[in-house]
Amino acid sequence: MTFVTTDQAVVTAPATKAAALPVAAGERELRLDLFRGMALWLIFIDHLPPNILTWFTIRNYGFSDATEIFIFISGYTAAFVYSRAMLDRGFVVASARIFKRVWQIYVAHVFLFTIYLAEISYIATKFDNPLYAEEMGILDSLKQPDVTIVQALLLKFRPVNMDVLPLYIVLMIFLPLIIWLMQRKADLALALSVLLYAITWEFDLALPAYPNGTWFFNPFAWQLLFVFGAWCALGGAKRMDRILSSDITLWLCIAYLVFAFCVTLTWHVPRLNIFMPRWLESWMYPINKTDLDVLRFVHFLALAAITVRFIPANWPGLNSLWLRPVIRCGQHSLEIFCLGVFLAFAGHFVLAEVSGGAWMHFLVSVAGIVIMSAAASLFSWYKSETSKNDKRAKAAESDADLAGGGS
Amino acid sequence: MKVLRIAGLFAVLLVAAPSRAEDAHGCAVPAYLLATESTLPKVADAIKTRKRLDILVAGSGSSALPGSDGASMSYPSRLEAALREALAGVTVNVRTELRPKKTAAEAAEGFGQMMDKLPPDQKPDLVIWQTGTVDAIRSVDPDDFRAALDTGVEALQKAGSEVLLINLQYNPRMETMLSVGPYNDTIRVVAQQHEVPMFDRFSIMRHWSDAGDFDLFGSVHGYGMAKRVHDCIGRALSAMVVEASRINPAELRIQR
Repeated sequence: MTFVTTDQAVVTAPATKAAALPVAAGERELRLDLFRGMALWLIFIDHLPPNILTWFTIRNYGFSDATEIFIFISGYTAAFVYSRAMLDRGFVVASARIFKRVWQIYVAHVFLFTIYLAEISYIATKFDNPLYAEEMGILDSLKQPDVTIVQALLLKFRPVNMDVLPLYIVLMIFLPLIIWLMQRKADLALALSVLLYAITWEFDLALPAYPNGTWFFNPFAWQLLFVFGAWCALGGAKRMDRILSSDITLWLCIAYLVFAFCVTLTWHVPRLNIFMPRWLESWMYPINKTDLDVLRFVHFLALAAITVRFIPANWPGLNSLWLRPVIRCGQHSLEIFCLGVFLAFAGHFVLAEVSGGAWMHFLVSVAGIVIMSAAASLFSWYKSETSKNDKRAKAAESDADLAGGGS
Repeated sequence: MKVLRIAGLFAVLLVAAPSRAEDAHGCAVPAYLLATESTLPKVADAIKTRKRLDILVAGSGSSALPGSDGASMSYPSRLEAALREALAGVTVNVRTELRPKKTAAEAAEGFGQMMDKLPPDQKPDLVIWQTGTVDAIRSVDPDDFRAALDTGVEALQKAGSEVLLINLQYNPRMETMLSVGPYNDTIRVVAQQHEVPMFDRFSIMRHWSDAGDFDLFGSVHGYGMAKRVHDCIGRALSAMVVEASRINPAELRIQR
């Protein structure tokens, strides 16, 4: 399950290909939860109008942003959890579980779309400002609700900020095949993924969107991060150990991150743009987010390499109370992601209806994060309660079986 | 690239005391939002030697205001008034050629014809192209949008005019519905590559909103605010044209 936690024991490796997992038996990779939780917070903040907290989001300091982290970790955890299921229960059962998850994500997406519809309908009836007469054209979609809603159900019409879940759905649908191949020829799977990425760039593969254009996150390109995450989970990370711990890698990463930082600085302070060589600009721009620009991918790799080096899996800070809210959010990522998108909508609404001062922006952001954390704690509590009950229920069931009864 | 959207905010936070350009009208624009590396030598030449400046505003719906006096209150007319005031002794004409509900590609397609149609003595020295809103509404692919901008700018330059691009409006109320970021980023990139100035209407309007000059969030605002916003845009645009042509308006007065 992509969004599932990773507190499983090591996979019993198939005899042919040792799928060595980087996590020791019974241990939970809190680092994954931590960074996914962090990515969720950053995505939430990035969806709100810019405010002071926006300056804490990584996209201001380099090419990649929270989406990369989120997709990579999701690929990692999904492969980790479902590959185990595939070894234990076989391809069909594991695939069925994956598709059940896909369905949940789809329903979540439709739920968010409903909220979006409610919001624009409200605007359409209440908002009337001659200054924005032209922009109101966006509400024309309301004139054809039949088309709009069907296109949304087909994942072709995706309002602002609702691009990640459709990408997810597509990636998850192919997860059974990815894992199946990965358990046999991990490197071949990764190579195919790179090939697809290259073909996408060469031939402009894309999925069509409604009313026109293409998907904002091109699944043909973004699959690279997801598959790379899966590859790392199924032994790749272990095999890269030597590369990751080398000093050359470290310095290369630092050099690249500094370069990216300097480039982003010229965006924020236009005056610095004179230091940007023209040839570099014409080669580098635009940095394509839709097709996961190589610059973005490499930036993510550099960030990840440095993170893995300086925050070991047994870092004591992972158990600190201060990080618990982030980690909890990362552990319930589907729910918290949806909640984040909803809260971003709600935040915009509050800012528009109540007041739009800088303090209010700040307050809305902080309130959103607190709500997300509280919800995550609630989910954790509920999960632990139900798992207790499950055990009890199972015990009761076997008792019933013994007694010849049934339920 | 999305990051560019908040470039303005960063600057607002860092450049603490921007020089105030239009204090008297309650809509000051920090100097950095009007600064541009790209220059308009032909405009400068027209002002200095011909003493006559012809400007054409090619835009979509947001270059106009509704109502009977909409044309005289919208920013092209206000630009004309502001330029006449600033450029003493220069005949300034601003005409508009609006194509409401047209994307950049649709507008660019007609540029060659539009320029050919004009009599030679009315060929604009400068074409101000305001675009992107309709593309954002229809979520046109940013790559296609970029190609359309290239085509349009090249067509206008080929016809002998200089070009200034205007990006989308800041519209806080519809931020969750209308994704303006990619389009503003693209306009910025194209302006840089063709070395034409870009009037950052988005950042300027956001600055006004942040500074409390205008309440752009409000759901119902009469015609009055729209008129004042357009007046301020016209003034700021005039300041940018003067800035980009690198002339000193005071010198014009001395010469006279």
